[in-house]
Amino acid sequence: MRLSEVGILLFMVDCILCNNYIFSRFLGCCPFLGVSSKVETSIGMGLAVTFVMGLASLFTWAVHEYVLMPLNLTYLNTIAFIFIIASLVQFVEMFMKKSLPALYSALGIYLPLITTNCAVLGAALLNIQSSYGLLESVLNGVFGALGFMLAIVIMAGVRERLESSDIPLPFKGFSISLVIAGMMSVAFLGFKGLV
Amino acid sequence: MPIVYAVAVMCALGAVFGVVLSFADKKFAVPVDERVQLIREKLAGANCGACGFPGCDGFAEAVAKGEAPVNGCPPGGSDTATALAEIMGVSVGVGVQEVARLRCQGEKGVANESFEYDGIKTCFAASEFSGGPKACQYSCIGLGDCMRACVFDAIEIVNGIAVINPDKCTACGMCVDACPRNLIALLPKESTVLVRCMSLNNARVTRQSCSKGCIGCKRCEKACEFDAIHVVNGIAVIDAEKCTNCKACVEVCPNACITVA
Repeated sequence: MRLSEVGILLFMVDCILCNNYIFSRFLGCCPFLGVSSKVETSIGMGLAVTFVMGLASLFTWAVHEYVLMPLNLTYLNTIAFIFIIASLVQFVEMFMKKSLPALYSALGIYLPLITTNCAVLGAALLNIQSSYGLLESVLNGVFGALGFMLAIVIMAGVRERLESSDIPLPFKGFSISLVIAGMMSVAFLGFKGLV
Repeated sequence: MPIVYAVAVMCALGAVFGVVLSFADKKFAVPVDERVQLIREKLAGANCGACGFPGCDGFAEAVAKGEAPVNGCPPGGSDTATALAEIMGVSVGVGVQEVARLRCQGEKGVANESFEYDGIKTCFAASEFSGGPKACQYSCIGLGDCMRACVFDAIEIVNGIAVINPDKCTACGMCVDACPRNLIALLPKESTVLVRCMSLNNARVTRQSCSKGCIGCKRCEKACEFDAIHVVNGIAVIDAEKCTNCKACVEVCPNACITVA
């Protein structure tokens, strides 16, 4: 999906609904299941991921374009990107602690978790694979993360209701969450071919 | 030659990020309360949650902020409380050192069994099933829910009942919550004379189901010179504050259900 062909709106729809990172690409399932017990915290996680994924897309694209490509070292993409994401998360954490303490205490424990969120690395690598330009990469990162946020917030809403429902014992806890995640994934399959 | 570039690029990237991060660390340094670290080091470090905070780190932070009492770490006991009080610059009234005690002696051969239980091996499951495998529905089942709850390895199942090692016990209270029959209680470590029965059955049923059950005969009540033991709801209860560990009640108990720990 090229930005120049479909325009920004359809590009967004494509990133959020059609190629949702969790439901279609199955990336970032760990935080999706781990931090989706309350709507409030899941929004926090979603915002943090959006922030980091946008920045990571920018930096990884730049490093790939201006460092690895000219030197013919594109096979180093993965390891270099992990490097960048880890450093970036560290940096963002320090920056937030100092400048945005309110946001830091809200996101607090989720920030370091993003280092190991494979959706972030996935977005960075997919940007390169799809030979996106700078703008496309950043937009893909931000919109992809918004899709992640949508998924995690829906999941949190469902799980909040599950708390007060009568679930058969074998399904209680994690198993029902996985079943629901699967069903939502099937539902999101319906968006395929929308754009 | 390309491998040299590869190594060089990764080193360069690492160096750049390292420099940026170390610079950022200085630039964005936030003064943290250094007492948190000091307090954290003095804690027992088992993350048992007995203090009511999320782990030892959470408790250390709360203490530094003045939101938690310095003697709020049960496993640490008085040593930790004194150390924390010193760091925080407050005085502490050292509380009574407590220890978990099992209030049942229904081991194999003492308590009668009403059937052979072959279900899920937890006390909770067994106690839910037809009043439990032992004839006394107030007895220790001995399937080790408390043993599994104990993070300090202080409980063993010996001869069908839980045995708590008072030297390892830190009075964190995890076993108290784990016991489906509420047989474990945190009692002062100094009071060594214990009534080890919780049976609310009448004397006849208690006698039929267990040879060491309290039948509420009140002999101990009469023997006590200090007004420290009373029969309440058919079982003897010792008032730890009045008890002097004189053992007068131990000698008169016909069923040997008052013991010296």
